[in-house]
Amino acid sequence: MSALGHRGGIVIALSLALALMLHMVPLPGWAAAARPEWLLLVVVYWCLALPERVGVGVAWFAGLLLDVVQSSLLGQHALAMALVAYLAIKLHQRIRVFPLPQQAATVLLLAGLYALADLWVRGMTGHAPSVWRALLPALTTAALWPVAFVTLRFLRRYYRVA
Amino acid sequence: MLLAALSVGLMVLDHQTRYGQHLRASLVVLVYPLQYAVTVPGDLGRWMADEFTTRSRLERDNETLRTQNRLLRAQLQKYAELEAENIRLRELLQSARKMGERVLVAELLSVDLDPYRRMVKINKGSRHGVYLGQPLVDADGIMGQVVRVHPLDSVAMLITDPDHTLPVQVNRNGLRAIAVGTGTGLKIPYQPNNADIRPGDLLVTSGLGGVFPAGYPAAVVESVETNPALQFATITARPAARLDRGREVLLVWPAGTAPAAARAEVHR
Repeated sequence: MSALGHRGGIVIALSLALALMLHMVPLPGWAAAARPEWLLLVVVYWCLALPERVGVGVAWFAGLLLDVVQSSLLGQHALAMALVAYLAIKLHQRIRVFPLPQQAATVLLLAGLYALADLWVRGMTGHAPSVWRALLPALTTAALWPVAFVTLRFLRRYYRVA
Repeated sequence: MLLAALSVGLMVLDHQTRYGQHLRASLVVLVYPLQYAVTVPGDLGRWMADEFTTRSRLERDNETLRTQNRLLRAQLQKYAELEAENIRLRELLQSARKMGERVLVAELLSVDLDPYRRMVKINKGSRHGVYLGQPLVDADGIMGQVVRVHPLDSVAMLITDPDHTLPVQVNRNGLRAIAVGTGTGLKIPYQPNNADIRPGDLLVTSGLGGVFPAGYPAAVVESVETNPALQFATITARPAARLDRGREVLLVWPAGTAPAAARAEVHR
């Protein structure tokens, strides 16, 4: 990742790694279907905060690693993640000035889009879950946005990632 | 746009061909440390539980295991004789059934995979001779087959995965069927309404298809519904293996496939 050349790139990499780990932590069956998209939260945050450093490419690679972690089709999450990162960067100047609840609503839309892109690939290659079930993680992701935002902003300021 | 095209290309590559395996195997090296970090707390908990069990509990466990061992050994005596008799009879019949499969104990890794699939990750990979399509069993029956091999671990698809089909036969009368995963259990499609199959029947692997060795218990028939309006009976079955419990699984090399040959298969 070229982003490592600048200041605090390690913080970005570690936050992405932590998000990937959260995707692997075993959850009971009922909770696994609603597992928040941790990686999406982290990618969207960095896209909003530092769009000149974390872009579509980083998001795509992160999504590819998520594919490896989940043993899904290579490129499935990468495509969805790149799409979300593209939109986040396109709209970052607007989203940045939103109050937190409105930001969460925007994240809900982004996560929903992510889930739909994922569902689309699943539908083409095999068995798709029901749409409502697939959209469940979008809700939990949006609900966690304020927490993720405050935590990551603290990290960014503390380590002066720029 | 370029990345989107790249993703689509990758998906096609991974879905239609086997080349995705190599890319995946190299990327998986990057996530190994993360995976181990995730499994450490669980392993630590189990280690503590093992270390700090009380003496009385150990004695009790020991006693149960001893009894069980005695029972199993008694059964094994009978089995050894039966096996000898079986081989003798088969020789008489000139039938070529190979005995003696090699097995390797593997452990399930406590990491979650894709929530919509029934897959598990095990701690043995191509370094240990695991190959694509290798059957996975536990103490009670067939669990699934290996679908992705990485150097140090591999991913197996359970027989309940909606993409998985397993050739089976009814143990009672040898009726051949296929068992398709439904996500939670198994269904037996394409059996006519008058097929001789009843609830409680044991389904064993038939060995057709060449992936699974013949004769392992696969499932128990749960319900058989016949509706004259439908062409086929609706049959559901429950896997014999305890798919959601236990951490130890066995990797089987069916008779005739040496691990060395298996290794060549993976790298091809």
